[in-house]
Amino acid sequence: MPAAQNTIAIAGNPNSGKTTAFNRYTGSRQHVGNYPGITVEKKAGTAHVDGKTVTLVDLPGTYSLTAYSLEEVVARKVLAEERPGAVLDVINASVLERNLYLTLQMLEMGIPVVLALNMMDEARDQGIIIDEKRLEELIGIKAVPTVARTGEGLPKALAETLKLAEEKKGRTAPLEISYGPEIDATLKEMTPLVEEAELLTHKYPSRWVALKYLERDEDIISQGRVASATTSAALEKITARLSDHIKTTLHSYPEALIADYRYGYISSLLRQGVLKGVDEMKNRIAYSDKMDKVLTHRILGPVIMIGVLYAMYYLTIEIGDYPLGWVENFFEWLDGAVGATLPDGLLKSMITSGVIGGVGGVLGFVPLIVIMFMLIAFMEDSGYMARVAYMWDRIFRFFGLHGASIMPFIISGGIAGGCAVPGVMATRTLRSPRERLATILTAPFMACGAKMPVFLLFVGIFFEEDKALIMLLLSLTGWAVALLVARLLRSTLIRGASTPFVMELPPYRLPTLSGMLIHTWERAWQYIKKAGTIILAISILLWAAMSFPSLPDDVSAGFAEKKASIEGELSAFPHRKLSDEIAGMEEELDGLGANDPKAAELRARIDELTAQRDALPAGKLQVEIDELTAQKDALPKDPAADKLREQVAKLSESLEWLKPEDAGAKAMQRQLDELSEALEKTPSGAIEAVIGLKQKERDALPEIRLEAKITEIENEKAAQALSHSLAGRVGAALERITAPAGFDWRTNIALVGGIAAKEVVISTLGTAYSLGEIGDDEHSLADRIRADSHWTKANAVALLLFTLLYSPCFVTLVVIKQESGSWKWLFFSLVFNLALAYSVAVAAYQTLA
Amino acid sequence: MMEQMSLRRLDEGQAAVISTITAEGEMGRRIRDMGLVPGVSVQVVGRAPLRDPVALRLLGFTLTLRNSEADFIKVTQ
Repeated sequence: MPAAQNTIAIAGNPNSGKTTAFNRYTGSRQHVGNYPGITVEKKAGTAHVDGKTVTLVDLPGTYSLTAYSLEEVVARKVLAEERPGAVLDVINASVLERNLYLTLQMLEMGIPVVLALNMMDEARDQGIIIDEKRLEELIGIKAVPTVARTGEGLPKALAETLKLAEEKKGRTAPLEISYGPEIDATLKEMTPLVEEAELLTHKYPSRWVALKYLERDEDIISQGRVASATTSAALEKITARLSDHIKTTLHSYPEALIADYRYGYISSLLRQGVLKGVDEMKNRIAYSDKMDKVLTHRILGPVIMIGVLYAMYYLTIEIGDYPLGWVENFFEWLDGAVGATLPDGLLKSMITSGVIGGVGGVLGFVPLIVIMFMLIAFMEDSGYMARVAYMWDRIFRFFGLHGASIMPFIISGGIAGGCAVPGVMATRTLRSPRERLATILTAPFMACGAKMPVFLLFVGIFFEEDKALIMLLLSLTGWAVALLVARLLRSTLIRGASTPFVMELPPYRLPTLSGMLIHTWERAWQYIKKAGTIILAISILLWAAMSFPSLPDDVSAGFAEKKASIEGELSAFPHRKLSDEIAGMEEELDGLGANDPKAAELRARIDELTAQRDALPAGKLQVEIDELTAQKDALPKDPAADKLREQVAKLSESLEWLKPEDAGAKAMQRQLDELSEALEKTPSGAIEAVIGLKQKERDALPEIRLEAKITEIENEKAAQALSHSLAGRVGAALERITAPAGFDWRTNIALVGGIAAKEVVISTLGTAYSLGEIGDDEHSLADRIRADSHWTKANAVALLLFTLLYSPCFVTLVVIKQESGSWKWLFFSLVFNLALAYSVAVAAYQTLA
Repeated sequence: MMEQMSLRRLDEGQAAVISTITAEGEMGRRIRDMGLVPGVSVQVVGRAPLRDPVALRLLGFTLTLRNSEADFIKVTQ
């Protein structure tokens, strides 16, 4: 492969400021993708130096190139196979010794490296002096002091790297250091074998390949076996011999000795005048230690952290609710606008229910994701996230998880009302692959916000007295199931020793805003692209399943007939007749030009008819209601009245779920009466009371009652159409399977719809009970369910548990696929969670019924 | 020369020098990659609220590892 000399890779330890430097260099000229097949991010961008354009690749942050983690495998692969012209190694200057460990490994691979001695400001504060000249003299590499956060030194560092890249074109003589007599001798024996067979030598230096065999590097050994089985076997034999020898004489392992010698080499380098004057206990670290005394304190630490996690949850879910509302309003508006322009029919139904509903549902999550990633970026960049993992690890480890698993759990609904979509995406902070996968698969068991309306409705109907307690129990059940399933998965499908926890606790730092913004934007955009396309397809399919096959013609005709006969009755009423006539004229008027002489005539006629209509009882009452509403709206703001109104609404809502003979109902009623009376004494309250009376009077008019009847028929038709559709038939067919859990066909359809989005459960149930669209007012549905003899406490408990645990919604499923990198886990989540929820629901129903 | 003891046994604030590391494979690599090698001096700077994991200071940075991982590391005071 040719060396890409105008490509420069940026390498470095995590927390060394590597990404800050990359962002500084590339700004918005970067793009993020994934390395094929794995979830490690691939970041690239362009930068300009001395009038030349270079491509920068941001390697994943690693401490080493031992191919221990996916990040390391990727970093090494890019260095060996894509062959960047040179590497800019960003180093935290205050932790020079450990950072040079990675540098040394790149030099051993024969890669041209320039060092950016980053965070030089902090290092200087600590009294650290680094002699770059001496370093260059000793190992021949250039070092440039930088401060990535301010940009200091960055242009020079990149210019030096580009110069080196042009000169070396991706390859330089590998650094050879001594690993002690035994290993050096063995390497001397192995290297000719590697050279002879040209084993991987097109990519790596021969001594390095031999070294990797001694280090028992699985990646290199398996590549070697493919390239030449015989040579590889010979090398493995020599390795085994040395390994035995070292074990008996030194009670150690070759890879341990190699690491020891590398560190030994580094520390002798630093002692030869490279590093001077270190005062560890000064500034940044000392300051960080002081913060840790409080933030990770035995008692204060957890208390503060719960506060922080709650604040995160609050900001994500509660504040996110506002932009979420805007997005929803926009799509509602779009829905209305499209509905008004398109003629009734399949196309309109598909676009409004399928396309706009589906895409709107996906984009509705974007504000949540943006806010959550901003906060996570802040927590990570500030160094607090590592402390969270540190404090929780003891508990989560028991379940085969990692301390950092807490965050995705909380966001997914560990505090009731979260959302699994940002929750699953939040697992990116976990670096341990097995623990991360277990977290991804269990986070959706939490009580997310979309499950809440179902809980509220049924808990309200069947557990009026213990509402809060049952809601809490549901939330805790979510936690218990998530943790237990995690434990189960970690001892079956995702078996394997826990990934070593060994982790850096970086000093606390104030994150840079641009870094957070770039990070957030990347994530949100990835989500929109990936989830958007798949969800669009799925929501159209789902719409089709709920619309086809459509009702047979004779049934449709039956409804049309019924409707027509009521219309006929209605048309005898002058109010309706006039309204129809006015509507007809208005349409005609819309078709005319503004200067058309006929327009004025039409307008006059409309005014005349409107006046006639408004003189009739229904018209007159409407006019009065409109006037009163306008009066009320013109009143000055009255917070006291608004508060009263809120209290009245809350009370009457709670009261609606009580029976009159229930304990406390009387006292509540009394309180409600008192509050209502007080409300009526406020100016706006008084007007509202009159409006209420007028509305009642109007609703009692025969023509208005007939209009309501038409709506009823339409709703009934929608219910029949739903049960006739594929989804309805599936629901009915499923009755046989779901009977042991106590679900009827209506519940089944609602739950099937809920796989698309949990928000749909209640509205589908509403349609199935022929209530039409369920808006803010869910009481009619509660009444229907209460009246339906099918529903008992047992069914309700089974449904509550099923809703809590069954398949994640489509958006979550897509995100699970995206984050786990495999369709397999998407299907696993779908099937396993369904099976689990079903067993739990059946067990609950059978015990209680 | 002091006797060797497990890193787990160090109290908060105590410092010691790493003498041997017995971990191999993935764990051993990870421990060494982070700079934990014989001859390096470490100090326990804190413990998590449930006494595990432990936070160490070495080579100018802070590292945390589980007690079960600290068991692979022997130190002398």
